Parts: sequence; structure tokens; C-alpha cells
Amino acid sequence: MYQILKQIIKTGIKTETPPQADEAMRPVEQRLQQSILDAFGGALAIRMVDAGSCNGCELEIHAVNNAYYNIEGLGIKFVASPRHADLLLVTGPVSRHMEIALKRTYDATPEPKLVVAIGDCACDGGIFGESYASCGKISNVIPVDVVVQGCPPTPVAILQGILTAISK
Amino acid sequence: MPIKHPNLKLNRMTDAVPAWSGDIAPDDLYAICQQVREGGGRLVALWGSDARIEKNCFMLHVTLMTESGLICLNVKLSAVQPVYPDISRIFPAANRMQRAAYDMLGLYAQEGHDHRKWLRHASWHSGSFPLRKDFDGSSHLNAPHPNPLPPAGEGANVHSPAENGIQTLDDYAFVQVEGQGVHEIPVGPVHAGIIEPGHFRFSIIGERVLRLEERLGYVHKGTEKRFESMSLQQGAKLVGRVSGDSTVAYAWAYAMAAESIANIAPTKRALWLRALLLERERVANHLGDLGYLGNDVALAFGFAQFWILKEQVLRNNAKLFGHRYLMDKIVPGGGSANISAEGKRIIEEECAMLQREVSILRGIYDEHAGLQDRFISTGTVTPKLADQLGLCGLAGRASAQAWDARVQFPCAPYDKLDVRMATYRNGDVAARAIVRFDELFESLRLQREILANMIYEEGEPTPLEKLPANGFGIGMVEGWRGEVMVAIHTDGEGKLARVHPHDPSWQNWPLLEHAIIDNIVPDFPLINKSFNLSYSGQDL
Repeated sequence: MYQILKQIIKTGIKTETPPQADEAMRPVEQRLQQSILDAFGGALAIRMVDAGSCNGCELEIHAVNNAYYNIEGLGIKFVASPRHADLLLVTGPVSRHMEIALKRTYDATPEPKLVVAIGDCACDGGIFGESYASCGKISNVIPVDVVVQGCPPTPVAILQGILTAISK
Repeated sequence: MPIKHPNLKLNRMTDAVPAWSGDIAPDDLYAICQQVREGGGRLVALWGSDARIEKNCFMLHVTLMTESGLICLNVKLSAVQPVYPDISRIFPAANRMQRAAYDMLGLYAQEGHDHRKWLRHASWHSGSFPLRKDFDGSSHLNAPHPNPLPPAGEGANVHSPAENGIQTLDDYAFVQVEGQGVHEIPVGPVHAGIIEPGHFRFSIIGERVLRLEERLGYVHKGTEKRFESMSLQQGAKLVGRVSGDSTVAYAWAYAMAAESIANIAPTKRALWLRALLLERERVANHLGDLGYLGNDVALAFGFAQFWILKEQVLRNNAKLFGHRYLMDKIVPGGGSANISAEGKRIIEEECAMLQREVSILRGIYDEHAGLQDRFISTGTVTPKLADQLGLCGLAGRASAQAWDARVQFPCAPYDKLDVRMATYRNGDVAARAIVRFDELFESLRLQREILANMIYEEGEPTPLEKLPANGFGIGMVEGWRGEVMVAIHTDGEGKLARVHPHDPSWQNWPLLEHAIIDNIVPDFPLINKSFNLSYSGQDL
């Protein structure tokens, strides 16, 4: 226990200032009322769905949870079920084999809900595009509120995308 | 010459790793595989290609590994009825690869015991095969099924629903466990954590797992078909996204295959840089996994600490090479990365810092009774089972399977590095954590050695633009998870006719089904994480 405490004290606080929301990430109008956004702002629950990514975007979504970006410090946490979620964070392209699962996850998420598409493939199909096996971008399958470009996008960009989704 | 067989004439390939290729008839496949197996060899990969236009046949390709090198068997199959003898009785790992070869190309393993579909769910019809050249991969198949009867290749016990494109749900015959008190837990494809999608079917009694069956293929996104329309350099980008966590390993294996076909060697400096990047990828992934292994036994401290370290490595990657995960830094012919004297200093400092910090954290993990209690004897794969089923890579080394391509077949610059292989016998979660620690420290040593030996002045490498016609090359690199292989076939004009990236997860996923037996369901996330296999790399 002593070693653990010593290491924690030695490490100190690594958390950096979170980024500001960026309207350029929002291809559509904010659909939610201010009152709802205020409630989200205090405690946002995210369900992450990999709809066909190469696992690169997932690495950066993991990183958002590390001490530097400390997403939980902002009152935002990842939850295990879409039924507990306010926001879906979706990576892709949407593989045709994940199309139904993604739609069902979206349907299982209670209203009001938001969708943030993470990564180039999720935004426009990326290098995989549309094919016999890929539906391409997320908005081909479910409505998308915010897009975050990058291959993979940096943790700051992901955080910015999430904060944009809940900003007025 | 690795093996001798009257009907096999092997030719040495111009490869960075020792490799031979030979053409054989389907009738000889079984005997040759058996001979390799008896000599202690393993199956690396099995895939098919459509050569009906050039040679009026289909081809089955099997890569085997022996102590002296790789053997690539090219088996000519009939253009009308492409069948070959099942080799999964010799190499159990072949089972899923054979089923995938049927789904993608219609190559049928005769006398196989399992003909269920594997990569195909419901987005294309049984009877159409995406990797055949006459299959239009660009569009979505919304048309009704052209052939309402399932072809002979589909298992008799698989009931085929009226298929009409994506609206049809996947229909898959899971093996059912029956008996008093036995029930099933279906998990996925959308999982509770931040991980890739796949389906796990647990048959349990109380909390104890009697059987786990995996159903993968959810992230099949047509990667292999995509290569057919790409130039060599575009393909280098795509291969780096087969499995995002192993982008360096894939890019290097792809470059190695292309350079073998073109019969060129990249500059020494480019090779040193590739090894540096590969070891950095290994360090980053091992740090991340060690953090999550702590997290999965409720030691959030471990996650916080290891991910701080990982973040520092990633930031240095971004600063020095322009990408946190080092994507697109290795291209056929050379690489686009570079390193300055300042960069060298930063990496040396980082290695010293990691050496110090990870040693402290390893001490804490070793001393932590709660963590050790969860790690030890959980998810065990015995060395005997690992050998039987062909467990490879990091997980294999934790079960006494002493294979590491950097040691057995050290391509340049590993031939000058004398890599120390990390092995362990226990085969449990604790063993896989220990192998990660040992490999992490070895990678730090290798990075320092690479920096000391690196040639700093040399002309810029010229990227390879075009390959010779009708070429075949393979590349193999020991990625952090295990051996990553990429095969390239070129057509009559030197374009990419077929690219097959092979992930070590193909071999290791079936072992996870065994590792969980008799463990409790709540330990599954921990056991799964201790393997940390790729979904995207196997679903393609």
C-alpha cells in the first residue's frame, strides 16, 4: 500500500485543460433544448459502438480515459448499455454485418440522444468506402450530430467532439 | 531445404526471411502438412486466390513454418470444382481459415468436419464469393438470392433462410450444451466496454463456464477485395489499417513482401528505423494491456499509471514521427520516418524513464495479493494444448511455445540485435502478464541498441511504385501480438491481384475458447484482455 501511495504522490496530477467546443464539427443544427443540454452537461453517459473500425479509433477513445484527458473529471463516463446512455460514440465504417446491431443499439438508446461519429471512416467511409461489405459512413445508417475527423482523431479532438455535441 | 517430398520441388524465395515456395497437386497437400507437423512445424496461414483468367484454376496457398524457414505451398485447384483435402486434422487452426476460404472464394475442404460459414453472415449470398474476380465488390447486393438452394459446401445442419440482403439476420448453428442446469449467455456483438464487436456464446452451469463458442466476422469490411483496386502505395495505407494497433507490423510485412517480389533491399537506415518503430509499437501496446489487466481486477491504480506512461510514448511518437500510432511511416521501398540527434536523445530519455517506472509498477503488481490472486491459475492454456492447437505469439510464449520471428528468422536489422525471447510455462493470465513485462524491458534494450547502431547519414530511400508481373512475395514480422504475415500476388501487369494479410489472432482465438473452460464468467474479461486478440485483423 505504501508503494502505491508513494507512486500516486510522485506522479502528481497530469490532467490538462479540456478543449472548447467547435461548431465546425457539427454538420447539422443542435437538436436539443438548452434545458436538456444543461442536464447533460452535468453528467453525460456515453455508449461506445465499434461498427467496423480497424481498432485505431478505439485506442484513442481509451486514451480519452487516461489521466491527461481525464474525461470522467468532466462528469462524462462510458456506460455498458445503450439503455443507460445519452450519447453514442460510433466508430466505423459501418460493416454490413454490424448494420443491424448498430440500428438496434440506436433504437435501444432513450430519447433525447446524440450521436458522435469518430474518425475518417465514420465521417465519410474513409479508406474502406462503400462496398459489398461496408455501408460507409455512420450517417448512412443512423442520424449523426457531430463528426470528428482524423485517422485516428486525437484524444483532444474526440473530447472536443463530445463537448460540441452537448454545447448550444 | 526445410523438407523433402518426391512431388515437391521447393524454390528459395528472395525474401528477407528464409522462405521457399513450391507448386503441388491437391493430393500431396495432406502428406506434406503431416510431414511438417511431425517435424515440429506449424501452420502460419491458409488463403486462396482466383487464377482462372491467367491459369484457368483456383489456387490455395498454405504457409507453414519449420525450424529452418517458411514453406509456401501453392496448390492448383480445379476452376470448376475447387476442392482440396482438409488439413484441420493436422493443424486445428486451419479450420476457420478453410471456412473463410470457402466464404470468400468457394474453395472447399473435403472431409472437413466443420463446414459452417465463418466470415460470411448475411450481407452476401451463400453461392457468391467476394474474392472471385467476377464478383462486383463495389456495390451492395440487394438482389434476391440467385440460387435458392444452399450449395454443397454449406453444412447440412445449417438452415439457410430466405436471404434477401441485409434485412436477413445472420443464421449460425452454435453448438448447444445440454443437461440439467445448463444455460446460455449470449454476449455481443456490441460489447460492454470500448472494444471491437464479436459474439460470444457461453454455456454455463452456475458461474462455471462449460463451453464458449465465438462467432466473429462482424467487422468484415471487404479489406481484401479493396486491395484489388489499389496501387502498391495505396495498399500500404490500407494494410496499415487491417488492425490499427499493429499498423507498423502490417506495414513492414507488406513492404517486405513487395520488396521480395521486386527483389530489392531497402536502405540499411530504413531497416533500422522500421525496427525502432516496431519496438515502439510493442512497448505502447504492452503498456496499455498491463494497465487494463490491472483495471480488470479492480486495481484502477494500474490503469492510471500505465496509461500515463503509454500517453508519454504516444506523444513522443507524434513529436518525432508525426503520428501517435506510427501509421503510414513504412512504405514499400523504404519509409517516411526519420530521426534526428534530438529525437535520439528524447527516445533514450523515454527508455530510461520507462525502465525506472515500469520496474516500480512491476514490483507493485508482484506484491499485490488481490491482483495475483486473480491472475494466477486463471485462463490456463497448458503447453501441451498450446502445441496441439498452434497457439502463437505472445500468448504462445506464455505457454512455452518458443517461437519469435525476431529470434528464429531474424531479418535485418534483427540479425544484429540478438533478441532475447521471453517465455514462460504456466500459460495463465499471470504468465501472459509476465511475458509482457519481459518483452517490454527487452524492447527498451533493443531501442537503445538500435539508436546506437543506426546509420544516420544515407540517401533518401526511393518508394517502390510498381511491381514485376505475376509475382508472389510474403513478408513476416513479429508484431506485439505475434507473427503478422502479408502475402502479395501480382497480375500480368504487375498490379495487386491479391493481398492477404494474416493476423496471429486467427491461431489464438480458438485457444481463448479453451482458456475459459472451468473458469467463472466474471473472469472472462480478464482472460480475454490477457490475450487481447484482434477482431478487425481476423474479420478483414
